[in-house]
Amino acid sequence: MVTILEVNETNKMIEQEKLDVRTITLGISLLDCCDADLDALNRNIYDKITLAAKNLVSTGREIELEYGIPIVNKRISVTPIALIGGRACRSPEDFVEVAKTLDRAARDTGVNFLGGYSAIVSKGMTPADEDLIRSIPAALSSTGRVCSSVNIGSTKTGINMDAVKLMGEIVRETAEATKDNNSLGCAKLVVLCNAPDDNPFMAGAFHGVSEADAVINVGVSGPGVIKHALEGVRGKNFEVLCETVKRTAFKVTRAGQLVAQEASERLGIPFGIVDLSLAPTPSVGDSVAEILEEMGLESVGAPGTTAALALLNDQVKKGGIMASSFVGGLSGAFIPVSEDQGMIDAVNRGALTLEKLEAMTCVCSVGLDMIAIPGDTPASTISGIIADEAAIGMINNKTTAVRLIPVIGKGVGDTVEFGGLLGHAPVQRISRFGCADFINRGGRIPAPIHSFKN
Amino acid sequence: MSKTIVTVVGKDAVGIIAKVCTYLAGNQVNVEDISQTIVQGYFNMMMIVDTGGSSKPYAEMATELEDLGDEIGVKIRCQREDIFTKMHRI
Repeated sequence: MVTILEVNETNKMIEQEKLDVRTITLGISLLDCCDADLDALNRNIYDKITLAAKNLVSTGREIELEYGIPIVNKRISVTPIALIGGRACRSPEDFVEVAKTLDRAARDTGVNFLGGYSAIVSKGMTPADEDLIRSIPAALSSTGRVCSSVNIGSTKTGINMDAVKLMGEIVRETAEATKDNNSLGCAKLVVLCNAPDDNPFMAGAFHGVSEADAVINVGVSGPGVIKHALEGVRGKNFEVLCETVKRTAFKVTRAGQLVAQEASERLGIPFGIVDLSLAPTPSVGDSVAEILEEMGLESVGAPGTTAALALLNDQVKKGGIMASSFVGGLSGAFIPVSEDQGMIDAVNRGALTLEKLEAMTCVCSVGLDMIAIPGDTPASTISGIIADEAAIGMINNKTTAVRLIPVIGKGVGDTVEFGGLLGHAPVQRISRFGCADFINRGGRIPAPIHSFKN
Repeated sequence: MSKTIVTVVGKDAVGIIAKVCTYLAGNQVNVEDISQTIVQGYFNMMMIVDTGGSSKPYAEMATELEDLGDEIGVKIRCQREDIFTKMHRI
C-alpha cells in the first residue's frame, strides 16, 4: 500500500518541480493513402488522420485528470510525406497542398503540432524528395502546425552532401518566407542524421516505414525533478551523483510508461515506445542547464560541461530503461537554447558558444537546437554547420540534428521572441570564415569504416 | 478496479475530515485507509478509497472534491493509485 510520504513526493514533483509528460504522440501510417490524384490523396490523408486521432486529445485530458499529472502536448506524426505524395505531386506547389491538408487535420483533431512533412534522403534524392524539400519554405510559411524534417545522412549510408547543400539554402529561404514572424518557420524545420522512426518530439517526429499502422509514443520530461534531487547531494562524490540521477530518472520514466500504457489501452492503439529525453521548457526550474550547474559548474559552457552532460545523459538512460518495457526515440538530454532559460542565461553572460554547444552534442541526444544566428549568415555556412553535426552523428552512431534560425534583419546582440514553448533566444555569433568551396563540391561522403559490420 | 488516493493539504481547521467523508459517503465511495501528518504547519491527509461502488463519473468526482476543497480553504486532489505505485515500487 502506498504511503503518505510517497504520495507527497510524487505530488511535490508535479506541483513544485514541474514533472509532466511532455507529449503523447500518435504515429499514423499514411502508406495506404497514396493515390495518383492530388485531391483524392488529400482526402485520404485528412480522413485517415482525423479518424485515427479523433479521441487523442480528449483521452489525453482524461488521463491527465485521473492521474493528476499534466500531459503538456498531444501530437501526431505521419509517414514521411515525400513517400506518400510522390505519385500525385508533380511540383513543390502540389506538396504545399498536402501540407495544408495536414495543417487542417491537425487543427480539427486539436493537436498543437503534426510532424512528418519529411524526406529521408541519407543516400540520394528521388524527384519527389527534392520537390518536397523545395516546397518546405512555402509549406511552413502557409501552415501553423506542420513540422518538417529532412534526414540527410546515417552511419550506414554516409552523408548526402547534395542534400546538405540544398538544406542550407532551404533553411535560409524558410527564414526569409517567415521573416515577418522572426523567421519562426525555421523553428519547425530540423535537419537530421540517423533520424529514429519513432521519435515523439517535434520538430523531428515522423512515423517511419518500419512502424505499425498506428502507434502511441510518449515523451517524458522532468529536468526540474532531477535538479531538485541533486540539490540534496551537493558536494557528494560522482557515485552518489550518478545514483541520484538514475533513481530519479526511473521515477520520472515510470510516470511516462503508465501514461503510455493507459493511452494505448483507452485508444485501442498499440504502445510503441517511451522516449526518455529530459526536455526543458523556458520556465524557471525546468532547465537542463540548471542541472549541469547544480553538479558544480559556475555556468553551463564552462570546462567540465561536456563531462557533466555525458554523465547526465547516461544515467538518465540507465534509470529510464529499467522503468519502461520499450525505450526508443531520441532518449537523452535535450539542449535547445531558446527553450531553456539556463542556456539563454549562459549565452547572455558569454559562457556558452556555438562551438561548445557542438562539443556537447557529441554526448547528448540531439544537436544544435533552437539557436538563433545572424540573418545574413550565408547558406553555405549553414550547410557547413549541418555537415559538422551530421559527421558527429555518423561517426558516433547516434542521432544528431540541426535546428538553426537565421533571423532575418537581426544580428549578434539582438534577442528574438518565439513565444510559448519555443521561448526566446539571443542571436549568437558564428564563425566568420566560409566553407563554400567545401559545400559546393557536391556528391556524398561515404559511410564510415565501422558501418561495415556484415 | 484500482484504488484512488484523495489528498487534502491546507491550513488545519475543524471539520475537514468530516466534510470530505460526508461527500465520499454520499457518493458510495468507501474509505479504506486514512493517514495524516503535519508538514511545515500544514494539515496533510491521505485517504485510500474505493470508487468501485460509485456511479459518479471519475472526472466529475475529482472536480466536485476540488470545489469542496475551495469551499473549506484546502486543496483536495483525487488521483488513481497507479501513479504512485508505479513510481515508487518495482
